[in-house]
Amino acid sequence: MAKVTFIEHDGLEQVVDIPTGWTLMQGAVQSGVAGIEGECGGSCACATCHCYVDEALVDSLPPPSETEEEMLGCTASERRSNSRLSCQIRVSDALDGLVVRLPEAQS
Amino acid sequence: MGDSAQADAGMVEAGMVIVGAGQGGLQVAESLRAEGYDGPITLIGEEAATPYHRPPLSKAILAGTMEEAQLAIRGAEFFERQRIALLTGMRVVAIDRSARQVRLEDGRRLDYSGLALATGARVRRLPIAGDGLDGVLGLRSLDDARRIRGALDRAARVVVIGGGYIGLEVAAAARKRGLEVTILEAADRLLARSATPFLAGFYADLHRGQGVMVELGAKVVALDGEGGRVSAVRTADGRSHPADLVVVGVGIVPDTALAEGCGLACDGGVLVDDCARTDDRAIVAVGDCTARRTGTGALLRLESVQNAVEQGKSAAAALLGRERPFTAAPWFWSDQYDVKLQIVGLSAAHDRMVLRGSPEERRFSAFYFREGALVAIDSVNRPADHMVGRKLLDRKAALTPDQAADETFPLASLTR
Repeated sequence: MAKVTFIEHDGLEQVVDIPTGWTLMQGAVQSGVAGIEGECGGSCACATCHCYVDEALVDSLPPPSETEEEMLGCTASERRSNSRLSCQIRVSDALDGLVVRLPEAQS
Repeated sequence: MGDSAQADAGMVEAGMVIVGAGQGGLQVAESLRAEGYDGPITLIGEEAATPYHRPPLSKAILAGTMEEAQLAIRGAEFFERQRIALLTGMRVVAIDRSARQVRLEDGRRLDYSGLALATGARVRRLPIAGDGLDGVLGLRSLDDARRIRGALDRAARVVVIGGGYIGLEVAAAARKRGLEVTILEAADRLLARSATPFLAGFYADLHRGQGVMVELGAKVVALDGEGGRVSAVRTADGRSHPADLVVVGVGIVPDTALAEGCGLACDGGVLVDDCARTDDRAIVAVGDCTARRTGTGALLRLESVQNAVEQGKSAAAALLGRERPFTAAPWFWSDQYDVKLQIVGLSAAHDRMVLRGSPEERRFSAFYFREGALVAIDSVNRPADHMVGRKLLDRKAALTPDQAADETFPLASLTR
């Protein structure tokens, strides 16, 4: 379980408890975080769960797969060095306290 | 919530009623709120589960890599916060259009000012002997997936009837578990209703390479059983294919019973326009249950998440008197083994195909053209081509076949 803070583009903050093994996207969408769509349900097929991960932690995450890497090139909002697809990040205790910022648009 | 006594009082808004709590029905509810609608919303689903993602049923759920709790699209608090009254495990038995009421199986009647039909589809059954034997399963719902997953735990030999996407995904999941798998497809190729011969050939090779027996032109004539359980599948050529699990994936039948029962126009689906409107201005319909009459007059039946979501958005707008047509190119995906397929557009009418990338390396896109214009792209492990392709199609970009085939030509340059 990890407490993850999602900060919407307009500054709205929401803290979500996400079970270990779930993805950031699943936790966010089930809790109704508005800035993540996750239309494909987590198949890495739509790039509508784009997020900016806390700079301090981004390097500690497993790196993006080839598919995620390609999809990140196609996000609706600007890709940054800390851009990830939240459906590809599995939650563990190590992510407790993670802060995730959300882009202006997902599609 | 609107019972008829309240409606008689004339002061309470009846509200929006959505029949079907799958991805499309939920989208209607969410989009109604997003569009600013503040009145009552009732979302009624036949299944016991809260709205969930269906695509993983044939993939991660069968593979056992995803917990059921992860399937839910929204958590319980979301429905409370959005003031969406969710009625699960409840069947709607009739619609009374003149009284603007739906009747529930428990006898209750709900008034509506606007009604959305998101009734989905049912698994097509085989009209042959033995279809009712134990061990003969279809895949549509979470309950179906649970049954198949349980059966896979015990099965040694699996026969999949039907080489469409569901059949192929189930075959991949069963094969990954090390089971003996046979696909019986009646047509002379896989994916006959939905993909090009080229892509079908790629998938036949892929599955055969994984050790699946792919039998084309295999017309199933009967299912044999022992003690009420399926034991073999017989084909027209006289062969018998032993099986302890048979998964039937021969398509779905749009659930139009309620719509037909109240006289709405149906033609292989509840007929809707690009804005998800039926021929009754108070009723919209979305997702797998619909057939869409497009602006050009063509009848389009799509079975996809995108269709449910986009029609859901259109339907919510239409219920509020707004036009938000769904005209984007259709897209779809399928995951089998380590191969991610993403499709955009409609390739059925193409007259030319060019390849970008390498089918041998399982990394390519097939670009389809009709009279020189791009109509569809099948991308295999090339997600960037797919994402750019959606923009190319939606903007009717003037991509030539030569450019598509030229790896050095930047596709994205035509989308700016």
